[in-house]
Amino acid sequence: MVVYDKRLLKKLERKANLIRRHVVRMIYLAGSGHPGGSLSAVEVIVALYFHVLNIDPKDPKWPDRDRFILSKGHGCPAWYAALAERGYFSVKELDGLRKLGSMLQGHPDMRLCPGVEASTGSEGQGLSMGVGMALAARLDRKLYHVYVMVGDGEMDCGQTWEAAMAASHFRVDNLTAIVDRNMLQLDGPTAQIMSIEPLADKWKAFGWEVGEIDGHNFTEILSALERSKEVKGKPNVIIAHTVKGKGVSFMEGAVAFHGKAPDKEQYEQAMKELGGEP
Amino acid sequence: MNLNDLKLESQRTYWAKALVELGRERQDIVVVSADLSTSVKTSVFAEEFPERHFNVGIAEQNMMSIAAGLAACGKTVFASTFAAFGTGRVYDQIRQSIAYPKLPVNIIATHAGITVGGDGATHQIVEDVALMRALPNMTVIVPADAPETYKVIKAVADHKGPVYVRMGRADVPTITTDKGKFKIGKASVLRDGEDVSLIGTGIMVSRCLMAANILEKHKISARVIDLSTIKPLDTKTIIKAARETGGVVTAEEHSVVVGMGSEVAMCLTETAHVPMKRVGIPDVFGQSGDSDELMEEYGLTAEDIVEAAHDVISRKGR
Repeated sequence: MVVYDKRLLKKLERKANLIRRHVVRMIYLAGSGHPGGSLSAVEVIVALYFHVLNIDPKDPKWPDRDRFILSKGHGCPAWYAALAERGYFSVKELDGLRKLGSMLQGHPDMRLCPGVEASTGSEGQGLSMGVGMALAARLDRKLYHVYVMVGDGEMDCGQTWEAAMAASHFRVDNLTAIVDRNMLQLDGPTAQIMSIEPLADKWKAFGWEVGEIDGHNFTEILSALERSKEVKGKPNVIIAHTVKGKGVSFMEGAVAFHGKAPDKEQYEQAMKELGGEP
Repeated sequence: MNLNDLKLESQRTYWAKALVELGRERQDIVVVSADLSTSVKTSVFAEEFPERHFNVGIAEQNMMSIAAGLAACGKTVFASTFAAFGTGRVYDQIRQSIAYPKLPVNIIATHAGITVGGDGATHQIVEDVALMRALPNMTVIVPADAPETYKVIKAVADHKGPVYVRMGRADVPTITTDKGKFKIGKASVLRDGEDVSLIGTGIMVSRCLMAANILEKHKISARVIDLSTIKPLDTKTIIKAARETGGVVTAEEHSVVVGMGSEVAMCLTETAHVPMKRVGIPDVFGQSGDSDELMEEYGLTAEDIVEAAHDVISRKGR
C-alpha cells in the first residue's frame, strides 16, 4: 500500500467534510434531492477533484483535461459542491440547487453548469458516454483519462453492460469506472431488489481489471485511482464499498434518505454531526 | 410525369457516398453502427476509415450514448441503423445523451416505413418522425430521393445540433437534381399550381408529382411542395401555399397520427384555415408484403392523393 503524505490526507478529509456540509445544506434549502447517494460518493469525488484529475477550473473546456462523468446523476449535489470548492463557480451558487433559473439542475446539465461533462439522470447512460470520450481521446491522440462514477443500482441497467462489453472490445484503457457500492437503491437493498453479485466476477468476465476498496478511505481511493491509469490494454473498474448517507448518523444505511430532504430538525442535527454551523 | 419513366435510385447509396466524401474532407467525422453496417451502408465508410468507425454490435442504446461521448469531445458523429431501432428503442438515450445537451449527432435511419416490405410490422416503424419531432433541439429531415439525400447529408454535417434523417429501404424515383445545396428548414416548390397544394415528404413527393399530372388531366392545377425538413417547419411556404391555392393535401409514408400532416394541420389551424386532407398510414401497425402492395393497401398511391385533392377542392368555400 502506498503511503500518502499525512497533510494531503488531512486536507482531503477536511474537504470531504466541507462537501458533506454543503450537500446537506443544499438539499435542505432545495427541499428535495438525494442525500444518501450524494454522501456515499463524497470521498471519491474529493479525491478526483482535489488530487487526481488534470483539470483547469479557469478553462473548463480545455481540450486536454481529464473527464469525470457522474452517471448516477442524482448524486450531483456532491459534484456541484466539489466543483464550486475547486473554483469552477461561486460557492454561493450552491444555494440555488433545484431552483428556477439555476445552473444547478436537479440532475446535471452539461450546457448550464461549468465542469459538468455529461448530462445524466436517467440511469445507465454515463458509462457509454465515457467510452465515447475515451475513444475520442484515442482518435485525437490525446492523453486525457476518463472517469465515470456509476451507482450500484445502475448495475441493473442493461446499457451498463453494453458499455462494459464495448470498452473491453475496443481495448479502451484510458477509462476508469468507479462503482459507488452503497448497497441500497430507491426501493430497498440492492440484494433484495435485484441481485448484482458476484459483482467483481461480472466485471472480470467482461474483460475489465477489477479493484475493490473502502470508498471512504483516501489512501485506498488514491492508490486505486493512480493504479487504474497504469492498466494497459483494458479498462479498469474500482468497486468502492461505501455507506449510503455516510457522515450523518440517521441517514447512514437508511433507504428513506435515498431521495428525501431533511426537515429543519434533521438538518440541524446533521450539521451538528458534521461539525458545521446550521 | 409517369413513375415508370423516372430513374429509381438508392438513397442509401447516396448517403454512403456523401459520408465517405465527408470522411475524406474532415477528420472530425466519426461513424457508429450497430451490427447493420452492411445494410445501412456505413460499411463503405468503415472500409476506408476503419479507425473512425465503431461497430458496437446489437446495442443501440450504447451506440447512441457512445455517439454522445464522441460528440462531446468535438466529433461530428453519424449514428446509423434501421429507423425502428434508431428511435423507439433508444428514445431515452437520444433524449438525454444527445438532444438535451444539443450535441452534433446525426442519426441516419434507413428502412423506415411500410416499404421495408417483407420484414413486417416489427421493422416497419411508422411513428419515428412523431417521436423525433417531439424532442426539443432536434431537426427532422425526410429526403425525397437519392440526390436530395446526398445534399442533406452534406448539410447536416455542418449543423450544430442533433439531426434525424429518415429514409426507406427501397429505391426511389429520382425527382430532384444534384445541383445546389440543401437548406435545412426550407421546403421547395417543385411545381406551381393554383387550385390545391400537395405537400409531400420522403418517397411521397414523387407520388404527389404523379398525382399533379393526373389532376392536370382533370383540369386541376396542383402545386407540389417537397417538405423534406419536418422540423423546423417551413411555415412561410406552407401558409403561402394554403392561402394561394385554398386547399391542402399532405402525403407521408408515416402514421397520420402526429406525423408531418398533423404538423401542417396545426400550423394552418393557427394561421390559414383551408380544407385539408392527410394521406398517410392510419393508426395501425403494418404487415408483411411487397412494397407496392403495401402502398396500395394503406392508401399511399398517387390515386389516393388525387382522391384527397378532389375531396379538398369540393369542400372549398363551405
